[in-house]
Amino acid sequence: MIYVPANMGLLLAAILFLLGLIGVLTRRNVLFILMSLEIMLNAAGLAFVVAGAHWMQADGQVMFIFILTMAAAEVSVGLALILQMHRHHKTVDTNVLNLLKD
Amino acid sequence: MDVFQLLWLIPALPFFSFLILSLSGSKFSRTGVGVFATISVGISALITLIIGIQFLSSPPAGHFYEQTLWVWFDVAGFKPSIAFYLDPLSLVFTFVVTFVSFLIHWYSIGFMKTEEGHVRFFAYMNLFVFSMLMLVLANNLLLLYLGWEGVGLCSFLLIGFWYKDPYNCYAARKAFIVTRIGDTAMMVGLLMLVKNFNTLDIASILTTAPQTWSPGASQAFWVTILLLGGAVGKSAQLPLQTWLPDAMAGPSPVSALIHAATMVTAGVYLIARTHVLYELAPAVQTLVAIVGAATLLIAGFSAIVQRDIKRVLAYSTISQIGYMFLALGVGAWSAAVFHFMIHAFFKSLLFLSAGVVIIAMHHEHDIFKMGGLRKKMPVVFWTFLFGAGALAAIPLITAGFYSKDEILFFAMASTKGSTWLWLAGFVGAFITSVYTFRMVFVAFFGEQKHDIPYKPGISFKIPLIILGILSLIAGFIELPHTFGHFTPFSDFINTVFPAVQLIPEKEGMELTLQISTAVLALFGVFLAWQLYMKRPQMVTRFKETGFGKRLNDFLFSGWKFDWLYDTFFVKPFVWLSKIDKSDFVDRIYGGVANLNLYFNKLLSATQNGNVRSYVLGVALGAVIALTIILFL
Amino acid sequence: MQIIFYIAALVAIVSTAMVITRKNAVHALLYLIVSLLAVSVIFFVMGTPFVAALEVIVYAGAIMILIIFAIMMLNLGQASEKREKEWLKPRTWIGPGILAAILLAELIYTLNSFSPPAHEQAIIDAKDVGMSLFSTYALGVELAAMMLMAGIVGAYHIGHEKQKEYHRYLQKEEEL
Repeated sequence: MIYVPANMGLLLAAILFLLGLIGVLTRRNVLFILMSLEIMLNAAGLAFVVAGAHWMQADGQVMFIFILTMAAAEVSVGLALILQMHRHHKTVDTNVLNLLKD
Repeated sequence: MDVFQLLWLIPALPFFSFLILSLSGSKFSRTGVGVFATISVGISALITLIIGIQFLSSPPAGHFYEQTLWVWFDVAGFKPSIAFYLDPLSLVFTFVVTFVSFLIHWYSIGFMKTEEGHVRFFAYMNLFVFSMLMLVLANNLLLLYLGWEGVGLCSFLLIGFWYKDPYNCYAARKAFIVTRIGDTAMMVGLLMLVKNFNTLDIASILTTAPQTWSPGASQAFWVTILLLGGAVGKSAQLPLQTWLPDAMAGPSPVSALIHAATMVTAGVYLIARTHVLYELAPAVQTLVAIVGAATLLIAGFSAIVQRDIKRVLAYSTISQIGYMFLALGVGAWSAAVFHFMIHAFFKSLLFLSAGVVIIAMHHEHDIFKMGGLRKKMPVVFWTFLFGAGALAAIPLITAGFYSKDEILFFAMASTKGSTWLWLAGFVGAFITSVYTFRMVFVAFFGEQKHDIPYKPGISFKIPLIILGILSLIAGFIELPHTFGHFTPFSDFINTVFPAVQLIPEKEGMELTLQISTAVLALFGVFLAWQLYMKRPQMVTRFKETGFGKRLNDFLFSGWKFDWLYDTFFVKPFVWLSKIDKSDFVDRIYGGVANLNLYFNKLLSATQNGNVRSYVLGVALGAVIALTIILFL
Repeated sequence: MQIIFYIAALVAIVSTAMVITRKNAVHALLYLIVSLLAVSVIFFVMGTPFVAALEVIVYAGAIMILIIFAIMMLNLGQASEKREKEWLKPRTWIGPGILAAILLAELIYTLNSFSPPAHEQAIIDAKDVGMSLFSTYALGVELAAMMLMAGIVGAYHIGHEKQKEYHRYLQKEEEL
């Protein structure tokens, strides 16, 4: 194992998170949005692990496991929704799905 | 059993009939509705008759009977009750109201046979009878006011009975609003009475008023002038007379019942009821006489040029109520009530006859398009002639002669009368006779202009005949001193009123006055015969001259009162409301509303249904929050 | 040996950038796996081998496979690539880019003010994590289990191809 400065690790997490955010904001395809969300979740997990490693505590990793669990659940439900969306509307474009506006 | 205890049934029966008809009237058969309504009023009339006979044969103590049903409300010592007060004055009014109403309801069964909305008609008529009876039987002025407004409401509803024609609705609104002006004045008067006496009980006001107010007191002046405002509104006297001619838009039985026999005389009843107050305010009492005299002349002149048979009758009604006001003004209370009774008979008779004629002519109101109806409808002709005779006060044989003659005599001979008042009434009598017989000659004599296959049914004829007989003989219950001196009517009613104060030196003029009035009435008939039968071209030629045409237009429009009010009240008010429409207070509230709308627009733009823009919002929020945490 | 961290970090950033710019979903997914693997390396070198393994097994393994299945079921094909090209105009990147740049600048500013003292690091292995997970965070585990259950049921219910039984008034809509 090697020493990783905590602020470098956090910076990486921040960059990955922001890339994910850019992906969510720019892409119209709902699949890409889902992937970008995964990136963001992963970045959040990375930040937890970095912090945990820095303080030499197991809590960071525990949080990562929770995030992982949540990501799995989220992806399964999200993909089911995408499938239904594609089935009913024959599209993956989120701009089309604006029926909720007033 | 004491028959007086049945008193509450007199107004209650028409009211129950109104409730039943308005709630389940559609379940009755077509004639069933009319018969039901008529019977309910008929039983009221019967009870009135029984009570009346009892009252005459064994009068109750103090010549009045009071029946309290319950206390209406009780606020700070002011507690009006639902209570009825029967004395000779209210008995006469109750008798006339129930009896004439009964006949008119009966007549209406035939009249409404083919009309739409007959259930509504009879329900309103019953409600009217109820309200009118509340008005005349009320023991306090608040209950009287309830009935007063009730009859106003029914008048409004029945004038606009054929509501599909906008003109009728206009007439109904006009009647309602114009009478409302008077009613407002009356309400203020009532409030002043409450303030002074803390009660509206008529009997106690009339007993305490002379003790608290000296004659000519300013309080009495204001109260009576405000009550007079209500009376002139309801009774279509100067200056609020303009609604009555337009009110003829309603069905003929309505005109007969409400706008001739009963409701329009409510003002007379009010003044007669509160006569003690008027005697405390001699200036106002004189004003009553002047209003009456001016109105009878103005309306009489207008009646001469009208072409619509019902408008002629409407103006004659205004004019005859003017006589009643004249009588009230000179303190001849019983003469006013007597004329009210006779007038109710002959004027409702005239309206009902006119209604038959109008039906027969297929809703033609113009008398100049009638003509020669005498041979086709003999019964209607004769009854109309009786009514017209009474209206024109044909001497000796008609009831109208006795009542009008009494008024004219008192106008001259009473201490409150004057030669001028007498002269107005005298000229008015002449005009009355001219326009009445103009109507008779033009409509019933001459050449027949249309073929009329219509035959009035028996339900039309019987009420007409009864009223026709009454128009002739009802006058015999009050014969003048010079002619029999048989006065059961005034003996009966003078337990309520003080006797008329006569000027001794003028007392002897009675016979002279009677003869001159009689001659004048006959001369009026002769003049009408000459002008409209013998030489109709004279009238037409006069109308074609410039002055004649203008005079005709002026009189036809009722002395341009409508124009006057339109110019001085309606138009400035409309103008004011138009400029006031966008006042700045509205702008404040409008501004608040617009601001909300603007924010709504801004916020609803964020709810565009696009998921990514929501994410953008979250990210922006994060940026802003972070910025605040870091740098502020 | 810090260089391994920086290389892995660079790989992660580049491959993530590739993910969000790809037009083909499968390509993007492959880059995503690369990114996740790189993060996994970082975890490993930081002395957290357990989560490194989980990252590979669960993220790069299970979740990505799930997404691949979804892509296959959607069957987007050539047309979708063309469409993606239309959707991804250069100017769509400007706004999010600026926003991200601001956030990044703020984060860097924050991280600069936080300069951690360099001290010893120890390996925190699966045993420590397990001890913590099933003692301190036992409740969280229960909740996570319930959430997974809800996820399974929800995914089944939503993804289930429903028997098309519309109300008779809505049958016309079904035909559309």
